[in-house]
Amino acid sequence: METKNLTCIGCPLGCALTVEIQNKKVLRVTGNTCKRGDIYARKEVTHPTRIVTSTVRVENGDIAMVSVKTASDIPKEKIMDIMKCLENITVHAPVHIGDVIIADAAGTGVDIIATKDVSAAC
Amino acid sequence: MYDVVIIGAGVTGSAAARELSRYNLNICVVEKEEDVCCGTSKANSGIVHSGIDCIPGTLMAQMNILGNRLMEPLSKELDFPFKRNGSLILCFSKEDLPRLEELFQRGITSKIPNIRILNKEELHEMEPNISDEAIAAIYAPTGGIVCPFGMNISMAENAAANGVEFKFDTEIKNITKNPNGYTLETDNNSIETRCVVNAAGVHADTFHNMVSQNKIHITARRGEYCLLDKTAGNLVSKTIFQLPGKYGKGILVTPTVHGNTLIGPTANDHENKDSTRTTADGLSHVCEAAKRSIPSIPVRQIITSFSGNRAHEDHHEFIIEELADAPCFIDAAGIESPGLTSAPAIGIRIAEIVCNLLKPAKNPNFDGTRKGILDPKTLSEEEYAALIKDQPAYGNIICRCEMITEGEILDAIHRPLGAKSLDGIKRRTRAGMGRCQAGFCSPKTMEILARELQVSLLDITKNGGNSHMVIGYTKNAEEV
Amino acid sequence: MNSYDIVIIGGGPAGLAAAVSARQNGIDSILILERDSQLGGILNQCIHNGFGLHTFKEELTGPEYAKRFIDQTEELNIEYKLNTMVMDITKDKIITAMNRTDGLFKIEAKAIILAMGCRERSRGALNIPGYRPAGVYSAGTAQRLVNIDGYMPGKEVVILGSGDIGLIMARRMTLEGAKVKVVAELMPYSGGLKRNIVQCLDDFGIPLKLSHTVVNIKGKERLEGITLAQVDSQGKPIPNTEEDYSCDTLLLSCGLIPENELSKGIGVDMEAITNGPLVNESLETSIDGVFACGNVLHVHDLVDFVSKEAAAAGKNAAKYIKNNCSMGEPEPTISILPTDGVRYTVPKMLHIHRMEEKLTVRFRVGAVYKNCYISVYFNSQQILHRKKAIIAPGEMEEIKLKKADLEAFDGLETITIKIEEA
Repeated sequence: METKNLTCIGCPLGCALTVEIQNKKVLRVTGNTCKRGDIYARKEVTHPTRIVTSTVRVENGDIAMVSVKTASDIPKEKIMDIMKCLENITVHAPVHIGDVIIADAAGTGVDIIATKDVSAAC
Repeated sequence: MYDVVIIGAGVTGSAAARELSRYNLNICVVEKEEDVCCGTSKANSGIVHSGIDCIPGTLMAQMNILGNRLMEPLSKELDFPFKRNGSLILCFSKEDLPRLEELFQRGITSKIPNIRILNKEELHEMEPNISDEAIAAIYAPTGGIVCPFGMNISMAENAAANGVEFKFDTEIKNITKNPNGYTLETDNNSIETRCVVNAAGVHADTFHNMVSQNKIHITARRGEYCLLDKTAGNLVSKTIFQLPGKYGKGILVTPTVHGNTLIGPTANDHENKDSTRTTADGLSHVCEAAKRSIPSIPVRQIITSFSGNRAHEDHHEFIIEELADAPCFIDAAGIESPGLTSAPAIGIRIAEIVCNLLKPAKNPNFDGTRKGILDPKTLSEEEYAALIKDQPAYGNIICRCEMITEGEILDAIHRPLGAKSLDGIKRRTRAGMGRCQAGFCSPKTMEILARELQVSLLDITKNGGNSHMVIGYTKNAEEV
Repeated sequence: MNSYDIVIIGGGPAGLAAAVSARQNGIDSILILERDSQLGGILNQCIHNGFGLHTFKEELTGPEYAKRFIDQTEELNIEYKLNTMVMDITKDKIITAMNRTDGLFKIEAKAIILAMGCRERSRGALNIPGYRPAGVYSAGTAQRLVNIDGYMPGKEVVILGSGDIGLIMARRMTLEGAKVKVVAELMPYSGGLKRNIVQCLDDFGIPLKLSHTVVNIKGKERLEGITLAQVDSQGKPIPNTEEDYSCDTLLLSCGLIPENELSKGIGVDMEAITNGPLVNESLETSIDGVFACGNVLHVHDLVDFVSKEAAAAGKNAAKYIKNNCSMGEPEPTISILPTDGVRYTVPKMLHIHRMEEKLTVRFRVGAVYKNCYISVYFNSQQILHRKKAIIAPGEMEEIKLKKADLEAFDGLETITIKIEEA
């Protein structure tokens, strides 16, 4: 059996959670004050995911960078791969919010999309 | 081959340069920093002392009193902020009254104009925020305040406009005598000159000792200060000193010409002459001691703190003379407080010494006036509107705390000896000197500097050298 | 001179929500004055997600959240001026503003909504001793350089302050290849969200040192290192706990200060704790027809609450305009007293007849309280006793007052809000 310690992110209490795992299955969550802690811990130890937000350079835009994000959450261990694939990417203005900047980024099946409009420089 | 090389573009060197530019001389100011006004001249009280506390008859007293008298006309000629706000020296106990009286008599001997002793009632009427414990004070109406940056920069700019050359980022490594004068080895190249003026502030002993057997020793006497927000700028109208102790004039509380309140300085001797760090003890001492004069001082409204080094020579006297064993090498050494006040007088004295040696003709084209950076806030609304119409950059506020426009920043960059760094902009325009301490405006100012100087933003520094503001691009980009 | 019914100072989240709400409440003549080159304020550089859960029931990034309100502003044809700095506002609501194209101009307003936001506490205000090299940035300035301009302020980073901006920047700098060595926090707790501690620090193995502060800054030109020390319960550094860190960047995330220079210029009464204007139930300041909302009023934790508060300010300003520039007849003021751990409330006073059916009172506490109660008293009678597992200074709390309850209570003079420990 393996145990993992986590901090619950549900509220400012930040309960110190202990998760007991066996054969990749969660046996028990302790240390939580409420149900949210239990749900969080089970997800976080089995398949933790994150939204990644970053920026991409814009050519000919009225600003230099456009903010972007993964359209949905990606596996936590892929965060740096996502960052890597944003290097050397340049988009041309105009950019619209929701535009796909990179499709299926880093093999996650998740697109990277713009989170902002950027007009072409006048 | 120069006629005169001045070491140091601080207030003393710049004053000397300007005075010497009245003559047909080939002059160069050599400065190790990237700009004028980078050492002691930028970090001091900004006070124009009345001269009351100098020992009567000393060179210090003489320079102080003359400098005080010259300051007002000079501020008009060179367009820098100066205000004769008067100063008070507080006495906190009956036991100290004889010392106050002694100081007063010193002032009488030195013929400091219109000084008088105030009793408690008169004192509190003059400055209602002063501590109840202050029982008497000397009032010196000729005391004043000045913008130390404005004064230094304007003298340098005017010298440059009258033909003086300035070499920045140039550090002198060695000085040797040659048959025609001196050879100055720098980190860039060698400079030949007939005359040297040593206005190197805390480093003046180093250069003096390179050419003279009569060694001098200068100690860096660090003074730490705290600057308060303009909302705390109306605590006092006069400069408030405490009856001096051994290490200088004690902690003062003063309005600045720009409407802040300044408190400080401490006085700590140390051997690292380039150390301008502040210390927790120093800053807390400043706050505590200032409260003795003004108990209600809102220390929570401090917006920045800084320290500067006074160039304290062992004999506590200005050394302004040609060296006995080094002809044509002129010291302006040991220029500690009241050095800022004295600078105009020191400049004249140095020029006299040099003229006696080199007997130059007058510079027929000398123009002693200089126009400062236009502050649009001083214009009428009609004039301001017309200015923006003509130059839209004056309609673009960059520093929101001090309300400094792009127009003023452009002027600071493009005038003679223009700003090359964020601090250069700050000292010339006050952009970044307000309550947010450049939090909002520094990215914008950096962009303007890069654009106007036609360099990359990566080359923009806070104050020259390695003080880069950013180190690269995001996304690991090599270039964009 | 141009005149408008309502002029809104600031086009960030507060200003936009106030404008939209004023329009929706029937005011046609509205002008937003924004100093930046785009609407949206600081949200434009907050590219991380986590905004809008309360308002839109989904997680948006800052620019996306801003876009929702910018779109509404455009759809409702609300007038705005960008790159425009307000220089001065008089008691008579004459606004002097300036930009490159219009020059210096004056605008007359019937009502004004203050929505200028806040600024960061600077190194100077923190009075951290040491040198003054390049590389010491407030976290927001660094955020702008990285996210808007695309530059890296440095590569070895120490962060002082574990508020959300500091935590977010720890992750952001790490993702861009910098090494964030430590986040230090003066207080024994972090003011940031637990989620940010986990996802911005723990995810990247960045240590958080509570009860620590920076006691020295080294490097004459560019920052070379800092010294951290542990602090005692008074926040004073403990001797011999110093630890040196080499770094080229120090980011400061040590609190936000409402930016009220214009408010003070008008002459509105200020509240010492919030550093914002003193307001009543209508979010109206001590000057008739001058309203305030968002971070200029008090620093919020979530933008959702800024939007809600601003919408109320916009609605109240509309009411003021429609009521011939009045909020109604003078009537007795009931004061709201924050005590026992409650640092402040917004509003701090109310007039019952001017209230909406429900009034939200927002407040913050001064320390971490566990298993405690938020209690509300009308005069000396307890009206509310709500159990809370935890309350922390980093999070804004709120209670709702019902107009009917207040009306029903005879001789109501004061409403007290306090924390009662179990």
